[in-house]
Amino acid sequence: MTAASFAQALDQITRVPGVRGAMLVAGDDGLVVAEHLMEGIRGPAVAALAASLATRLRRAMQAAGTGAGHFWQLLCERGGLLVVPGASGILVVAITAPDVNAGLVRLELLRAAEAVG
Amino acid sequence: MTVRAVESWTLQPLTDYVHEAGARLVLLMTPAGQVLAQFGFTRAVDVMAAAALGAAIMATTTELARQLGQPPFAALNHQGQRHGIFLSGLTTGRGALVVLAVYDLDVSSLGLVQLFFEQLVTDLRAGSPREGVPKQVLAADFERELNESLSTLFGR
Repeated sequence: MTAASFAQALDQITRVPGVRGAMLVAGDDGLVVAEHLMEGIRGPAVAALAASLATRLRRAMQAAGTGAGHFWQLLCERGGLLVVPGASGILVVAITAPDVNAGLVRLELLRAAEAVG
Repeated sequence: MTVRAVESWTLQPLTDYVHEAGARLVLLMTPAGQVLAQFGFTRAVDVMAAAALGAAIMATTTELARQLGQPPFAALNHQGQRHGIFLSGLTTGRGALVVLAVYDLDVSSLGLVQLFFEQLVTDLRAGSPREGVPKQVLAADFERELNESLSTLFGR
């Protein structure tokens, strides 16, 4: 993967109406690998906290015996956070408006996760 | 385990940092290795060793940066199999300080440690006293002051 292909993967996600930004996050470190965000979104903060949450969710799922998570979505008053963990430990994250088409975003996140490995 | 501080204005910012970043060990010290506050250490000898080594690393990287004609490096992170070490300098009204944080990779991450470090810097700057005239340290006072500091840092 190159920086250009990371950017292309993120570009497809941010084309979905209502998506305010997309990021690739190193799941273990909580650091931003690539980002495509609207102004005002604190990328490093979202990356660190989303990765921390992903780690805890993974443990909860393991403890519950449900296996690995493929997708999770947090709905909030003024927006949402959608995350797909990639096979290599990279998290594909989308920050959205509350009324976004979550199914379409999920599809693009899964495509991006497959592309980044 | 609680944060122990020689200078009380460091207590709350460091307590918040420890809880939010999930750090296992934290030292707040001057670039010379004088410890202002600590969290997680149980033996004085460990604090002294960590402070001396952290200060030495800071001095080394600062000199490397100087030789490269660059401003001092902002932060240094070293990750092992289970733990990470984060070392960074900051400036406050009290003068230049150094934070050394050790974190479990199972509990925290570099992203979290860095993220909340920014908040720690803000809080320390807001709470720090203005730097006064440096006090002259006499050899006769040094050992007594060191012992007093260590007593405070370990609650003895």
